[in-house]
Amino acid sequence: MSAPALSTRGLDKRFGSLVVARDIEFSLPQGARYALIGPNGAGKTTLINLMTGMLRPDAGHILLGDDEITRLAPDQRVRRGLVRTFQINTLFPHLNPLEAVTLAVCERQGIARTWWRPITSYGAAVDEAYAILGSLMLSADCYRPTRELPYGRQRLLEIALALATRPKVLLLDEPAAGVPRDESRELFEVIAGLPGDITVLFIEHDMNFVFRFASRIIVMVGGGILLEGTPHEVAADPRVREVYLGARHG
Amino acid sequence: MSIVGAVTEPHAYLRSQTRWRPVELAFWLATLLPYVLFPDYLVLASAIAITALFALSLDLILGYAGIVSLGHAAFFGLGAYTAGLAAKHGWGEPISGLALGGLVAGIVGYGASLIVARFRHLALIMITLGMGLLLEQAANSASWLTGGADGLQGVKMWPIFDVFRFDLYGKTAYGYSLGVLFIVFLVARRLINSPFGLSLRGIRENALRMPALGAPSRAHIRKIYTIAAVIAGFAGALLAQTTETVSLEAFGFQRSADVLVILILGGTGRLYGGLVGAIIFMVARDQFSGNTPQFWYFWIGILLVAVVMFLPNGVLGGLARLGALLRGRAP
Repeated sequence: MSAPALSTRGLDKRFGSLVVARDIEFSLPQGARYALIGPNGAGKTTLINLMTGMLRPDAGHILLGDDEITRLAPDQRVRRGLVRTFQINTLFPHLNPLEAVTLAVCERQGIARTWWRPITSYGAAVDEAYAILGSLMLSADCYRPTRELPYGRQRLLEIALALATRPKVLLLDEPAAGVPRDESRELFEVIAGLPGDITVLFIEHDMNFVFRFASRIIVMVGGGILLEGTPHEVAADPRVREVYLGARHG
Repeated sequence: MSIVGAVTEPHAYLRSQTRWRPVELAFWLATLLPYVLFPDYLVLASAIAITALFALSLDLILGYAGIVSLGHAAFFGLGAYTAGLAAKHGWGEPISGLALGGLVAGIVGYGASLIVARFRHLALIMITLGMGLLLEQAANSASWLTGGADGLQGVKMWPIFDVFRFDLYGKTAYGYSLGVLFIVFLVARRLINSPFGLSLRGIRENALRMPALGAPSRAHIRKIYTIAAVIAGFAGALLAQTTETVSLEAFGFQRSADVLVILILGGTGRLYGGLVGAIIFMVARDQFSGNTPQFWYFWIGILLVAVVMFLPNGVLGGLARLGALLRGRAP
Protein backbone atom coordinates (compact mmCIF):
# COMPACT_ATOMS: atom_id res chain seq x y z
CA MET A 1 0.00 0.00 0.00
CA SER A 2 1.36 3.40 -0.91
CA ALA A 3 1.23 6.27 1.56
CA PRO A 4 -1.55 8.84 1.12
CA ALA A 5 -0.52 11.82 -1.00
CA LEU A 6 -1.40 14.24 1.78
CA SER A 7 -2.56 13.64 5.33
CA THR A 8 -3.00 15.53 8.59
CA ARG A 9 -3.05 14.37 12.20
CA GLY A 10 -4.65 16.27 15.05
CA LEU A 11 -4.30 19.71 13.47
CA ASP A 12 -5.31 22.53 15.83
CA LYS A 13 -5.32 26.27 15.33
CA ARG A 14 -6.90 29.04 17.32
CA PHE A 15 -6.86 32.83 17.11
CA GLY A 16 -7.27 33.91 20.72
CA SER A 17 -10.44 32.20 21.89
CA LEU A 18 -11.66 31.52 18.35
CA VAL A 19 -11.02 27.93 17.31
CA VAL A 20 -10.51 27.85 13.53
CA ALA A 21 -9.22 24.27 13.26
CA ARG A 22 -10.02 21.52 15.74
CA ASP A 23 -8.37 18.10 15.61
CA ILE A 24 -8.35 17.93 11.80
CA GLU A 25 -7.54 14.45 10.53
CA PHE A 26 -7.92 13.24 6.97
CA SER A 27 -5.84 11.67 4.24
CA LEU A 28 -5.97 12.01 0.49
CA PRO A 29 -5.02 8.88 -1.49
CA GLN A 30 -2.79 9.30 -4.55
CA GLY A 31 -4.72 10.72 -7.49
CA ALA A 32 -7.91 11.25 -5.47
CA ARG A 33 -10.57 13.90 -6.12
CA TYR A 34 -11.81 15.24 -2.80
CA ALA A 35 -14.16 18.14 -2.18
CA LEU A 36 -14.09 20.22 0.98
CA ILE A 37 -17.45 21.80 1.75
CA GLY A 38 -19.06 23.59 4.64
CA PRO A 39 -20.83 26.85 5.46
CA ASN A 40 -18.98 30.17 5.39
CA GLY A 41 -16.60 30.48 8.32
CA ALA A 42 -16.29 26.70 8.73
CA GLY A 43 -12.49 26.99 8.40
CA LYS A 44 -11.99 25.62 4.88
CA THR A 45 -9.57 28.31 3.70
CA THR A 46 -7.86 28.24 7.09
CA LEU A 47 -7.23 24.55 6.58
CA ILE A 48 -5.64 25.26 3.20
CA ASN A 49 -3.52 27.98 4.81
CA LEU A 50 -2.38 25.50 7.44
CA MET A 51 -1.52 22.80 4.94
CA THR A 52 0.40 25.17 2.66
CA GLY A 53 2.32 26.78 5.51
CA MET A 54 0.76 30.23 5.32
CA LEU A 55 -0.40 29.62 8.89
CA ARG A 56 1.42 27.63 11.56
CA PRO A 57 -0.73 25.10 13.43
CA ASP A 58 -0.72 25.19 17.24
CA ALA A 59 -0.57 21.40 17.29
CA GLY A 60 -0.68 18.46 14.92
CA HIS A 61 1.20 17.12 11.92
CA ILE A 62 0.99 17.48 8.16
CA LEU A 63 2.49 14.79 5.94
CA LEU A 64 3.15 14.95 2.22
CA GLY A 65 3.57 11.32 1.25
CA ASP A 66 5.77 9.94 4.03
CA ASP A 67 7.45 13.25 4.75
CA GLU A 68 6.56 15.47 7.66
CA ILE A 69 6.18 19.02 6.29
CA THR A 70 4.58 20.70 9.32
CA ARG A 71 7.54 23.05 9.83
CA LEU A 72 8.50 23.76 6.23
CA ALA A 73 8.12 27.24 4.75
CA PRO A 74 5.41 27.71 2.11
CA ASP A 75 7.86 27.84 -0.81
CA GLN A 76 9.59 24.65 0.37
CA ARG A 77 6.26 22.83 0.41
CA VAL A 78 5.53 24.00 -3.11
CA ARG A 79 8.89 22.69 -4.31
CA ARG A 80 7.93 19.31 -2.84
CA GLY A 81 4.70 19.32 -4.80
CA LEU A 82 2.01 20.75 -2.49
CA VAL A 83 0.46 23.66 -4.35
CA ARG A 84 -2.62 25.84 -3.92
CA THR A 85 -4.72 28.37 -5.78
CA PHE A 86 -6.47 31.31 -4.16
CA GLN A 87 -10.13 32.12 -3.64
CA ILE A 88 -9.39 35.79 -4.33
CA ASN A 89 -7.23 36.29 -7.43
CA THR A 90 -3.61 36.40 -6.34
CA LEU A 91 -1.95 37.22 -9.64
CA PHE A 92 0.67 39.57 -11.06
CA PRO A 93 -1.42 42.50 -12.40
CA HIS A 94 1.23 44.07 -14.66
CA LEU A 95 2.74 40.85 -15.98
CA ASN A 96 1.03 39.11 -18.84
CA PRO A 97 0.10 35.42 -18.56
CA LEU A 98 3.10 34.32 -20.63
CA GLU A 99 5.49 36.13 -18.29
CA ALA A 100 3.69 34.95 -15.16
CA VAL A 101 3.62 31.29 -16.14
CA THR A 102 7.20 31.44 -17.46
CA LEU A 103 8.18 32.85 -14.07
CA ALA A 104 6.58 29.87 -12.34
CA VAL A 105 8.29 27.40 -14.68
CA CYS A 106 11.67 29.09 -14.13
CA GLU A 107 11.23 28.94 -10.38
CA ARG A 108 10.43 25.24 -10.54
CA GLN A 109 13.44 24.50 -12.74
CA GLY A 110 15.74 26.51 -10.48
CA ILE A 111 16.80 28.87 -13.27
CA ALA A 112 15.14 31.87 -11.63
CA ARG A 113 18.45 32.51 -9.84
CA THR A 114 20.18 33.18 -13.12
CA TRP A 115 20.68 36.87 -13.73
CA TRP A 116 23.36 36.96 -16.38
CA ARG A 117 21.46 35.19 -19.19
CA PRO A 118 18.36 36.58 -20.88
CA ILE A 119 15.06 34.78 -20.51
CA THR A 120 15.01 34.26 -24.29
CA SER A 121 17.87 31.78 -23.98
CA TYR A 122 15.61 29.47 -21.97
CA GLY A 123 13.40 28.46 -24.87
CA ALA A 124 12.20 25.23 -23.27
CA ALA A 125 10.82 27.04 -20.21
CA VAL A 126 8.98 29.51 -22.45
CA ASP A 127 7.61 26.69 -24.59
CA GLU A 128 6.37 24.86 -21.52
CA ALA A 129 4.64 28.00 -20.23
CA TYR A 130 3.03 28.55 -23.60
CA ALA A 131 1.83 24.94 -23.72
CA ILE A 132 0.26 25.23 -20.27
CA LEU A 133 -1.53 28.41 -21.32
CA GLY A 134 -2.70 26.66 -24.48
CA SER A 135 -4.08 23.72 -22.51
CA LEU A 136 -6.16 26.17 -20.45
CA MET A 137 -7.41 28.06 -23.50
CA LEU A 138 -5.38 31.15 -22.60
CA SER A 139 -3.10 31.37 -25.67
CA ALA A 140 -5.07 34.20 -27.20
CA ASP A 141 -4.74 36.30 -24.05
CA CYS A 142 -1.16 35.53 -23.15
CA TYR A 143 0.32 38.91 -24.18
CA ARG A 144 -2.26 41.09 -22.44
CA PRO A 145 -1.46 42.41 -18.97
CA THR A 146 -3.22 40.26 -16.40
CA ARG A 147 -5.17 43.18 -14.94
CA GLU A 148 -6.85 43.74 -18.33
CA LEU A 149 -8.10 40.16 -18.63
CA PRO A 150 -11.78 39.33 -18.02
CA TYR A 151 -12.36 37.91 -14.58
CA GLY A 152 -13.05 34.37 -15.79
CA ARG A 153 -9.72 34.32 -17.64
CA GLN A 154 -7.96 35.43 -14.48
CA ARG A 155 -9.50 32.48 -12.64
CA LEU A 156 -8.03 30.18 -15.31
CA LEU A 157 -4.64 31.84 -14.90
CA GLU A 158 -4.81 31.05 -11.18
CA ILE A 159 -4.87 27.37 -12.14
CA ALA A 160 -2.28 27.78 -14.90
CA LEU A 161 0.22 29.21 -12.40
CA ALA A 162 -0.34 26.30 -10.05
CA LEU A 163 0.08 23.75 -12.85
CA ALA A 164 3.38 25.34 -13.88
CA THR A 165 4.84 24.21 -10.56
CA ARG A 166 4.04 20.56 -11.48
CA PRO A 167 2.00 19.83 -8.35
CA LYS A 168 1.63 16.37 -6.85
CA VAL A 169 -1.19 17.62 -4.64
CA LEU A 170 -3.30 20.56 -5.78
CA LEU A 171 -5.53 22.49 -3.39
CA LEU A 172 -8.11 24.58 -5.25
CA ASP A 173 -9.76 27.26 -3.10
CA GLU A 174 -13.11 27.99 -4.72
CA PRO A 175 -11.79 27.97 -8.29
CA ALA A 176 -15.06 29.36 -9.66
CA ALA A 177 -15.59 31.99 -6.94
CA GLY A 178 -17.24 35.05 -8.43
CA VAL A 179 -17.59 33.54 -11.90
CA PRO A 180 -21.15 33.74 -13.29
CA ARG A 181 -22.85 30.36 -13.40
CA ASP A 182 -22.96 30.18 -17.19
CA GLU A 183 -19.23 30.93 -17.47
CA SER A 184 -18.12 28.54 -14.76
CA ARG A 185 -18.56 25.51 -17.02
CA GLU A 186 -15.24 26.25 -18.75
CA LEU A 187 -13.49 26.25 -15.38
CA PHE A 188 -15.11 23.05 -14.26
CA GLU A 189 -14.11 21.37 -17.52
CA VAL A 190 -10.51 22.38 -16.89
CA ILE A 191 -10.60 20.97 -13.36
CA ALA A 192 -12.30 17.77 -14.52
CA GLY A 193 -9.57 17.43 -17.15
CA LEU A 194 -6.62 17.73 -14.75
CA PRO A 195 -4.08 14.90 -15.12
CA GLY A 196 -5.08 11.83 -13.12
CA ASP A 197 -1.76 11.60 -11.26
CA ILE A 198 -2.38 14.94 -9.55
CA THR A 199 -4.20 14.58 -6.24
CA VAL A 200 -6.88 17.26 -5.99
CA LEU A 201 -8.68 18.74 -3.01
CA PHE A 202 -11.07 21.54 -3.86
CA ILE A 203 -13.35 23.89 -1.99
CA GLU A 204 -16.49 24.63 -3.98
CA HIS A 205 -20.00 25.84 -3.32
CA ASP A 206 -21.50 24.58 -6.57
CA MET A 207 -22.98 21.30 -5.33
CA ASN A 208 -23.72 20.01 -8.83
CA PHE A 209 -20.04 20.14 -9.59
CA VAL A 210 -19.01 18.78 -6.20
CA PHE A 211 -21.27 15.76 -6.52
CA ARG A 212 -20.29 15.10 -10.12
CA PHE A 213 -16.53 15.51 -9.76
CA ALA A 214 -15.57 14.47 -6.22
CA SER A 215 -15.06 10.86 -5.28
CA ARG A 216 -15.30 11.77 -1.60
CA ILE A 217 -16.48 14.83 0.30
CA ILE A 218 -15.22 16.28 3.57
CA VAL A 219 -17.75 18.42 5.42
CA MET A 220 -16.40 21.06 7.81
CA VAL A 221 -18.34 22.97 10.44
CA GLY A 222 -17.00 25.35 13.06
CA GLY A 223 -13.34 24.45 12.53
CA GLY A 224 -13.84 20.70 12.76
CA ILE A 225 -14.61 17.89 10.34
CA LEU A 226 -18.28 16.92 10.65
CA LEU A 227 -18.00 13.88 8.42
CA GLU A 228 -16.23 12.45 5.40
CA GLY A 229 -17.87 10.16 2.90
CA THR A 230 -18.93 9.48 -0.64
CA PRO A 231 -21.24 12.04 -2.28
CA HIS A 232 -24.07 9.60 -1.74
CA GLU A 233 -23.39 9.25 1.98
CA VAL A 234 -22.98 12.98 2.45
CA ALA A 235 -26.18 13.78 0.60
CA ALA A 236 -28.09 11.33 2.74
CA ASP A 237 -26.69 12.49 6.08
CA PRO A 238 -29.24 14.40 8.15
CA ARG A 239 -26.53 16.41 9.96
CA VAL A 240 -25.33 17.87 6.65
CA ARG A 241 -28.84 18.86 5.70
CA GLU A 242 -29.27 20.50 9.06
CA VAL A 243 -25.99 22.45 8.79
CA TYR A 244 -26.76 23.70 5.31
CA LEU A 245 -30.40 24.50 5.91
CA GLY A 246 -29.53 26.07 9.25
CA ALA A 247 -26.79 28.16 7.66
CA ARG A 248 -29.10 29.30 4.90
CA HIS A 249 -32.00 30.22 7.06
CA GLY A 250 -29.95 31.55 9.94
CA MET B 1 5.35 49.22 -34.95
CA SER B 2 3.82 45.80 -35.05
CA ILE B 3 0.78 45.15 -32.96
CA VAL B 4 1.11 42.11 -30.77
CA GLY B 5 -1.75 39.76 -31.45
CA ALA B 6 -2.81 36.22 -30.81
CA VAL B 7 -0.69 34.90 -33.65
CA THR B 8 2.63 36.13 -32.24
CA GLU B 9 4.99 33.34 -31.34
CA PRO B 10 6.14 33.55 -27.69
CA HIS B 11 9.87 33.60 -28.41
CA ALA B 12 9.47 36.42 -30.91
CA TYR B 13 7.36 38.30 -28.39
CA LEU B 14 9.94 37.99 -25.61
CA ARG B 15 12.77 38.94 -27.96
CA SER B 16 10.82 42.04 -28.99
CA GLN B 17 10.57 43.00 -25.31
CA THR B 18 14.34 42.90 -24.80
CA ARG B 19 15.52 44.34 -28.10
CA TRP B 20 17.47 47.61 -28.17
CA ARG B 21 15.19 50.38 -29.35
CA PRO B 22 16.42 53.23 -31.58
CA VAL B 23 15.49 55.76 -28.88
CA GLU B 24 17.86 53.99 -26.48
CA LEU B 25 20.77 54.26 -28.89
CA ALA B 26 19.87 57.92 -29.42
CA PHE B 27 19.85 58.49 -25.67
CA TRP B 28 23.31 57.04 -25.15
CA LEU B 29 24.74 58.92 -28.14
CA ALA B 30 23.24 62.09 -26.69
CA THR B 31 25.16 61.56 -23.46
CA LEU B 32 28.29 62.45 -25.43
CA LEU B 33 26.84 65.82 -26.50
CA PRO B 34 28.00 67.76 -23.41
CA TYR B 35 31.59 67.48 -24.70
CA VAL B 36 30.56 69.42 -27.81
CA LEU B 37 27.64 71.59 -26.71
CA PHE B 38 28.31 72.37 -23.04
CA PRO B 39 32.04 72.01 -22.41
CA ASP B 40 31.70 74.39 -19.44
CA TYR B 41 29.22 72.06 -17.75
CA LEU B 42 31.19 68.82 -17.71
CA VAL B 43 31.53 68.92 -13.93
CA LEU B 44 27.74 69.06 -13.68
CA ALA B 45 27.41 66.36 -16.33
CA SER B 46 29.68 64.12 -14.26
CA ALA B 47 27.60 64.75 -11.14
CA ILE B 48 24.49 63.87 -13.15
CA ALA B 49 26.02 60.60 -14.36
CA ILE B 50 26.92 59.68 -10.78
CA THR B 51 23.44 60.54 -9.52
CA ALA B 52 21.94 58.56 -12.39
CA LEU B 53 24.02 55.55 -11.39
CA PHE B 54 22.82 55.90 -7.80
CA ALA B 55 19.20 56.18 -8.98
CA LEU B 56 19.66 53.14 -11.23
CA SER B 57 20.77 51.22 -8.15
CA LEU B 58 17.62 52.23 -6.28
CA ASP B 59 15.46 51.38 -9.29
CA LEU B 60 16.68 47.78 -9.18
CA ILE B 61 15.31 47.31 -5.67
CA LEU B 62 12.38 49.75 -5.68
CA GLY B 63 11.24 49.71 -9.29
CA TYR B 64 11.78 46.00 -9.88
CA ALA B 65 11.53 44.21 -6.55
CA GLY B 66 9.24 46.77 -4.86
CA ILE B 67 11.55 47.30 -1.88
CA VAL B 68 11.20 50.84 -0.56
CA SER B 69 14.34 52.36 0.95
CA LEU B 70 14.82 55.69 2.67
CA GLY B 71 18.42 54.96 3.59
CA HIS B 72 20.03 54.09 0.30
CA ALA B 73 22.73 56.73 0.86
CA ALA B 74 24.25 54.32 3.39
CA PHE B 75 25.84 52.36 0.56
CA PHE B 76 26.69 55.48 -1.43
CA GLY B 77 28.53 56.81 1.62
CA LEU B 78 30.35 53.53 2.22
CA GLY B 79 31.60 53.50 -1.36
CA ALA B 80 32.59 57.15 -1.15
CA TYR B 81 34.54 56.85 2.10
CA THR B 82 36.18 53.57 1.08
CA ALA B 83 37.46 54.95 -2.22
CA GLY B 84 38.32 58.27 -0.58
CA LEU B 85 40.26 56.66 2.27
CA ALA B 86 42.14 54.35 -0.10
CA ALA B 87 43.27 57.35 -2.16
CA LYS B 88 44.10 59.41 0.91
CA HIS B 89 46.29 56.66 2.30
CA GLY B 90 48.35 56.22 -0.79
CA TRP B 91 46.33 54.12 -3.20
CA GLY B 92 44.93 56.56 -5.73
CA GLU B 93 44.40 54.12 -8.58
CA PRO B 94 40.80 54.84 -9.65
CA ILE B 95 39.56 51.51 -11.05
CA SER B 96 40.66 49.37 -8.11
CA GLY B 97 39.46 52.07 -5.71
CA LEU B 98 36.07 51.93 -7.43
CA ALA B 99 36.01 48.15 -7.12
CA LEU B 100 36.94 48.37 -3.45
CA GLY B 101 34.15 50.89 -2.80
CA GLY B 102 31.65 48.55 -4.43
CA LEU B 103 32.99 45.58 -2.49
CA VAL B 104 32.68 47.22 0.93
CA ALA B 105 29.20 48.52 0.14
CA GLY B 106 28.25 45.07 -1.13
CA ILE B 107 29.44 43.30 2.02
CA VAL B 108 27.50 45.68 4.27
CA GLY B 109 24.58 45.49 1.84
CA TYR B 110 24.49 41.72 2.12
CA GLY B 111 24.47 41.98 5.91
CA ALA B 112 21.64 44.51 5.77
CA SER B 113 19.72 42.35 3.31
CA LEU B 114 19.39 39.63 5.94
CA ILE B 115 17.15 42.08 7.83
CA VAL B 116 15.62 43.90 4.88
CA ALA B 117 14.34 40.70 3.22
CA ARG B 118 12.12 40.01 6.22
CA PHE B 119 10.09 43.19 6.08
CA ARG B 120 7.90 45.19 3.75
CA HIS B 121 6.16 48.54 3.51
CA LEU B 122 6.33 50.93 6.47
CA ALA B 123 8.60 48.70 8.57
CA LEU B 124 11.04 48.59 5.69
CA ILE B 125 11.06 52.38 5.34
CA MET B 126 11.81 52.75 9.04
CA ILE B 127 14.55 50.10 9.02
CA THR B 128 16.34 51.52 5.99
CA LEU B 129 15.97 55.03 7.38
CA GLY B 130 17.45 53.87 10.65
CA MET B 131 20.39 52.14 8.99
CA GLY B 132 21.16 55.30 6.99
CA LEU B 133 21.11 57.52 10.08
CA LEU B 134 23.20 54.99 11.97
CA LEU B 135 25.99 54.96 9.40
CA GLU B 136 25.93 58.75 9.07
CA GLN B 137 26.43 59.17 12.80
CA ALA B 138 29.08 56.45 12.87
CA ALA B 139 31.01 58.33 10.17
CA ASN B 140 30.51 61.56 12.09
CA SER B 141 31.87 60.23 15.36
CA ALA B 142 34.79 58.37 13.77
CA SER B 143 36.33 61.71 12.85
CA TRP B 144 39.88 60.36 13.32
CA LEU B 145 39.18 58.26 10.21
CA THR B 146 36.64 60.24 8.21
CA GLY B 147 37.44 63.81 9.16
CA GLY B 148 33.98 64.05 10.70
CA ALA B 149 32.00 67.17 9.87
CA ASP B 150 35.01 68.70 8.09
CA GLY B 151 34.94 65.98 5.51
CA LEU B 152 37.73 63.79 4.17
CA GLN B 153 40.56 65.94 2.87
CA GLY B 154 43.71 65.02 0.99
CA VAL B 155 42.24 62.60 -1.52
CA LYS B 156 44.74 62.37 -4.37
CA MET B 157 43.79 60.43 -7.47
CA TRP B 158 46.15 58.91 -9.99
CA PRO B 159 45.38 59.16 -13.70
CA ILE B 160 42.94 56.60 -15.08
CA PHE B 161 44.88 53.85 -16.87
CA ASP B 162 47.96 55.97 -16.08
CA VAL B 163 46.91 58.26 -18.94
CA PHE B 164 43.84 60.39 -18.22
CA ARG B 165 44.46 62.91 -15.45
CA PHE B 166 41.50 64.32 -13.54
CA ASP B 167 41.21 67.96 -14.62
CA LEU B 168 39.42 71.03 -13.30
CA TYR B 169 36.95 71.11 -16.19
CA GLY B 170 35.62 67.61 -15.58
CA LYS B 171 36.63 66.20 -18.96
CA THR B 172 38.11 63.05 -17.48
CA ALA B 173 35.59 62.97 -14.65
CA TYR B 174 32.62 62.94 -17.02
CA GLY B 175 34.12 60.35 -19.32
CA TYR B 176 34.94 58.15 -16.35
CA SER B 177 31.53 58.51 -14.66
CA LEU B 178 29.68 58.05 -17.93
CA GLY B 179 31.73 54.98 -18.80
CA VAL B 180 31.01 53.35 -15.45
CA LEU B 181 27.33 54.30 -15.71
CA PHE B 182 27.09 52.76 -19.17
CA ILE B 183 28.80 49.50 -18.20
CA VAL B 184 26.66 49.11 -15.08
CA PHE B 185 23.58 49.97 -17.12
CA LEU B 186 24.41 47.15 -19.57
CA VAL B 187 24.71 44.71 -16.68
CA ALA B 188 21.46 45.97 -15.11
CA ARG B 189 19.67 45.69 -18.43
CA ARG B 190 20.82 42.11 -18.78
CA LEU B 191 19.74 41.38 -15.23
CA ILE B 192 16.19 42.65 -15.63
CA ASN B 193 15.74 40.66 -18.84
CA SER B 194 16.85 37.45 -17.12
CA PRO B 195 14.72 34.84 -15.31
CA PHE B 196 15.89 36.46 -12.07
CA GLY B 197 14.64 39.85 -13.29
CA LEU B 198 11.26 38.30 -14.05
CA SER B 199 11.07 36.89 -10.53
CA LEU B 200 11.89 40.32 -9.10
CA ARG B 201 8.94 41.77 -10.97
CA GLY B 202 6.88 38.94 -9.53
CA ILE B 203 7.86 39.97 -6.01
CA ARG B 204 6.89 43.57 -6.77
CA GLU B 205 3.59 42.56 -8.34
CA ASN B 206 2.48 40.06 -5.73
CA ALA B 207 4.68 39.12 -2.79
CA LEU B 208 2.02 36.69 -1.52
CA ARG B 209 1.88 34.63 -4.68
CA MET B 210 5.63 34.12 -5.04
CA PRO B 211 6.05 31.59 -2.20
CA ALA B 212 2.91 29.84 -3.48
CA LEU B 213 4.88 29.26 -6.71
CA GLY B 214 7.82 27.84 -4.80
CA ALA B 215 9.88 31.00 -5.17
CA PRO B 216 12.47 31.72 -2.47
CA SER B 217 11.55 35.42 -2.37
CA ARG B 218 13.86 36.29 0.50
CA ALA B 219 16.88 34.81 -1.27
CA HIS B 220 15.96 36.82 -4.37
CA ILE B 221 15.64 39.99 -2.29
CA ARG B 222 18.98 39.40 -0.56
CA LYS B 223 20.65 39.00 -3.92
CA ILE B 224 19.21 42.11 -5.59
CA TYR B 225 19.72 44.20 -2.45
CA THR B 226 23.39 43.22 -2.39
CA ILE B 227 23.78 43.98 -6.10
CA ALA B 228 22.08 47.37 -5.62
CA ALA B 229 24.38 48.12 -2.68
CA VAL B 230 27.45 47.40 -4.83
CA ILE B 231 26.18 49.77 -7.53
CA ALA B 232 25.41 52.47 -4.95
CA GLY B 233 28.94 51.93 -3.65
CA PHE B 234 30.30 52.48 -7.16
CA ALA B 235 28.35 55.74 -7.38
CA GLY B 236 29.74 56.93 -4.06
CA ALA B 237 33.27 55.95 -5.04
CA LEU B 238 32.92 57.86 -8.31
CA LEU B 239 31.87 61.00 -6.44
CA ALA B 240 34.81 60.72 -4.04
CA GLN B 241 37.27 60.15 -6.87
CA THR B 242 35.99 62.82 -9.25
CA THR B 243 35.66 65.54 -6.61
CA GLU B 244 38.67 64.37 -4.54
CA THR B 245 36.79 64.96 -1.32
CA VAL B 246 34.12 63.23 0.75
CA SER B 247 31.73 64.92 3.14
CA LEU B 248 29.21 63.50 5.60
CA GLU B 249 26.58 64.57 3.11
CA ALA B 250 27.46 61.38 1.18
CA PHE B 251 25.67 59.46 3.95
CA GLY B 252 22.98 62.10 4.47
CA PHE B 253 19.26 61.56 4.71
CA GLN B 254 18.91 64.31 2.09
CA ARG B 255 20.74 62.14 -0.42
CA SER B 256 18.47 59.16 0.28
CA ALA B 257 15.39 61.35 -0.10
CA ASP B 258 16.69 63.07 -3.24
CA VAL B 259 17.39 59.81 -5.05
CA LEU B 260 13.86 58.62 -4.26
CA VAL B 261 12.46 61.88 -5.65
CA ILE B 262 14.64 61.51 -8.74
CA LEU B 263 13.43 57.99 -9.40
CA ILE B 264 9.78 58.90 -8.94
CA LEU B 265 10.17 61.94 -11.20
CA GLY B 266 11.71 59.85 -13.94
CA GLY B 267 9.58 56.76 -13.46
CA THR B 268 10.27 53.57 -11.52
CA GLY B 269 10.83 50.14 -12.99
CA ARG B 270 12.08 51.36 -16.35
CA LEU B 271 15.88 51.48 -15.96
CA TYR B 272 15.92 54.85 -17.74
CA GLY B 273 13.68 56.47 -15.12
CA GLY B 274 16.57 57.18 -12.77
CA LEU B 275 18.69 58.48 -15.63
CA VAL B 276 16.06 60.88 -16.93
CA GLY B 277 15.08 61.86 -13.39
CA ALA B 278 18.71 62.64 -12.55
CA ILE B 279 19.03 64.92 -15.56
CA ILE B 280 15.83 66.83 -14.71
CA PHE B 281 16.63 67.09 -11.01
CA MET B 282 20.27 68.10 -11.32
CA VAL B 283 19.75 70.58 -14.15
CA ALA B 284 16.79 72.10 -12.30
CA ARG B 285 18.86 72.42 -9.14
CA ASP B 286 21.70 74.01 -11.09
CA GLN B 287 19.31 76.53 -12.65
CA PHE B 288 17.10 77.32 -9.67
CA SER B 289 19.58 77.32 -6.84
CA GLY B 290 21.68 80.24 -8.10
CA ASN B 291 20.56 82.98 -5.70
CA THR B 292 18.73 81.08 -2.96
CA PRO B 293 20.20 77.58 -2.61
CA GLN B 294 17.51 76.25 -0.27
CA PHE B 295 14.54 77.80 -2.03
CA TRP B 296 14.89 75.55 -5.03
CA TYR B 297 13.20 72.72 -3.14
CA PHE B 298 10.05 74.80 -3.49
CA TRP B 299 10.19 74.17 -7.23
CA ILE B 300 11.13 70.52 -6.84
CA GLY B 301 8.16 70.20 -4.45
CA ILE B 302 5.79 71.56 -7.07
CA LEU B 303 7.33 69.37 -9.74
CA LEU B 304 7.05 66.28 -7.57
CA VAL B 305 3.40 66.88 -6.68
CA ALA B 306 2.55 67.59 -10.32
CA VAL B 307 4.30 64.47 -11.58
CA VAL B 308 2.75 62.18 -8.99
CA MET B 309 -0.71 63.65 -9.68
CA PHE B 310 -0.64 63.75 -13.46
CA LEU B 311 2.07 61.28 -14.43
CA PRO B 312 1.84 58.46 -11.89
CA ASN B 313 4.48 56.50 -13.80
CA GLY B 314 6.86 59.43 -13.92
CA VAL B 315 8.07 61.43 -16.88
CA LEU B 316 9.02 58.28 -18.79
CA GLY B 317 5.62 56.70 -18.12
CA GLY B 318 4.01 59.85 -19.49
CA LEU B 319 6.22 59.79 -22.57
CA ALA B 320 5.41 56.11 -23.16
CA ARG B 321 1.70 56.91 -22.99
CA LEU B 322 2.15 59.83 -25.36
CA GLY B 323 4.04 57.58 -27.75
CA ALA B 324 1.27 55.00 -27.65
CA LEU B 325 -1.32 57.72 -28.33
CA LEU B 326 0.64 59.01 -31.32
CA ARG B 327 0.88 55.53 -32.76
CA GLY B 328 -2.89 55.29 -32.42
CA ARG B 329 -2.82 52.25 -30.18
CA ALA B 330 -4.60 53.80 -27.24
CA PRO B 331 -8.40 54.09 -27.40
